[in-house]
Amino acid sequence: MEPINVNQSISKNADFIEQVGIESGQPVHKCYQCGKCTAGCPVAFAMDYPPNQVIRMVQLGLKEELLRCNSIWLCATCSTCTTRCPCNIEIAHVMEVLRVMAGRSGTTPPGKAKNVELFYDSFLNTVEKYGRMFEVGTILQYNLKSKKPFNNADLGLPMFQKGKLKLGPSKVKNANEVARIFAEARRMEGGGK
Amino acid sequence: MKYAYYPGCSYHTSGKEYEASTRVVAKNLGLELVEIPDWSCCGATAAHGKSHLLNVALPARNLALAEEMGLDVTTPCASCYQQLAYANKCMIEDKKLKEKVNQVTGKTYNGTLKVKSIVEVIGSIAPEYIKAQIVKPLKGLKIAAYYGCLLVRPPKVTNFDDAENPMFLDNIMRLAGAETLDWPHKTECCGGSLAVSNLDIVVKMLNRIIKAAVECGANCFVVACPLCHFNLDMHQKSCNKMLGTSYTIPVFYFTQLLGLAMGLNQQDLQLGSHFTDTQKVLSMVG
Ligand code: SF4
Ligand code: SF4
Repeated sequence: MEPINVNQSISKNADFIEQVGIESGQPVHKCYQCGKCTAGCPVAFAMDYPPNQVIRMVQLGLKEELLRCNSIWLCATCSTCTTRCPCNIEIAHVMEVLRVMAGRSGTTPPGKAKNVELFYDSFLNTVEKYGRMFEVGTILQYNLKSKKPFNNADLGLPMFQKGKLKLGPSKVKNANEVARIFAEARRMEGGGK
Repeated sequence: MKYAYYPGCSYHTSGKEYEASTRVVAKNLGLELVEIPDWSCCGATAAHGKSHLLNVALPARNLALAEEMGLDVTTPCASCYQQLAYANKCMIEDKKLKEKVNQVTGKTYNGTLKVKSIVEVIGSIAPEYIKAQIVKPLKGLKIAAYYGCLLVRPPKVTNFDDAENPMFLDNIMRLAGAETLDWPHKTECCGGSLAVSNLDIVVKMLNRIIKAAVECGANCFVVACPLCHFNLDMHQKSCNKMLGTSYTIPVFYFTQLLGLAMGLNQQDLQLGSHFTDTQKVLSMVG
């Protein structure tokens, strides 16, 4: 990270700091950087900023850096951090709020994180369409979007042989009710992707 | 006991052994599972990346349907369980959110239900009653009971015995006559759906878990989650291929082994559709 002027960043992004606090309901200011969250985080080794740094960056208002870091996408939402934080900060939930904010701001996740977002999108697209998640549809869409047409292909045949792949979706009778949930949530939250 | 049953989207694909074995075991333990009519996806593993409102509203539609049935909800999938329990808690604690979510779903959920994992439901049956059903004790099995994340964390949502060293799966397996091991990675995360987009990260996570179990002397895993199962069973091979390990440790759903001990039909328990060979270990039980 480039050297930063902390005072400037905090005052410039005061709104952002407040917004993370409101949306997550978490007392992020209480974090005293003990590092327990990071010590137990199973994905920290692959993140550009480990969980304790993410929380510190929220305190400092480093909005741009946070919205384009890979940590918020690689986070597996396992809640180990949340369970162990001595200040009762639900770090996993803060990660989630930052993810949603990044999506809203139209920030493209970097490197490895990009495919996580593509997977979420592919998954939810099948849910919006059929009312239930359709595995084959999700993977095909994901492969197409991530431009790796044969990604996960070596899983396909063995799964099919074991009867664990269904080529057609399991549909909800009132799938329109599920589509409505997506439409209404979008409308109420004002756009987004 | 009668429950509104939520199968979850993997019920006829990657999690089919879990679904099938849950149904027969429940039936033989006198539990009545009534499928929630026209249930839909709860959004687990993806909706939290998009929108909080969506993340609560997708499970809420199913809670509203279950409330019409007047039955508490249970589900085998740990991921669905967490998602339904979380939405339930959010809506019970936050009236404003509840109204907003009901507006989004177009259905009314009043927050009158409890959401329980099938592990909790089976675990709360009197131990003597379960013991009386055991006709083929699981002798010779050294089980690493693997809980993963979503069943036990965060404790505010899940409310199980102990978030760091849970015992409820161990207890059920011990009733079935198996030995379960004290091992350090019971609740370590398997990476979940990250396996689709970043397998290179996930094999490293899996390696830590499998290595710990093998070093503690386990000859099989027991799980209660289709995602954990998929990663540990299917991606054991990926782990071997990408990291040069040579693991061959079978991964069972707890319902499969409980059913086996209860003498239920092996075909119904679907013990043969795993990726890691189960025969060697199963032959120990006879
Ligand atoms: S565990 Fe809590 S207090 Fe400690 S560094 Fe992490 S967020 Fe801060
Ligand atoms: S929830 Fe995310 S940040 Fe927290 S320990 Fe798990 S992977 Fe790490």
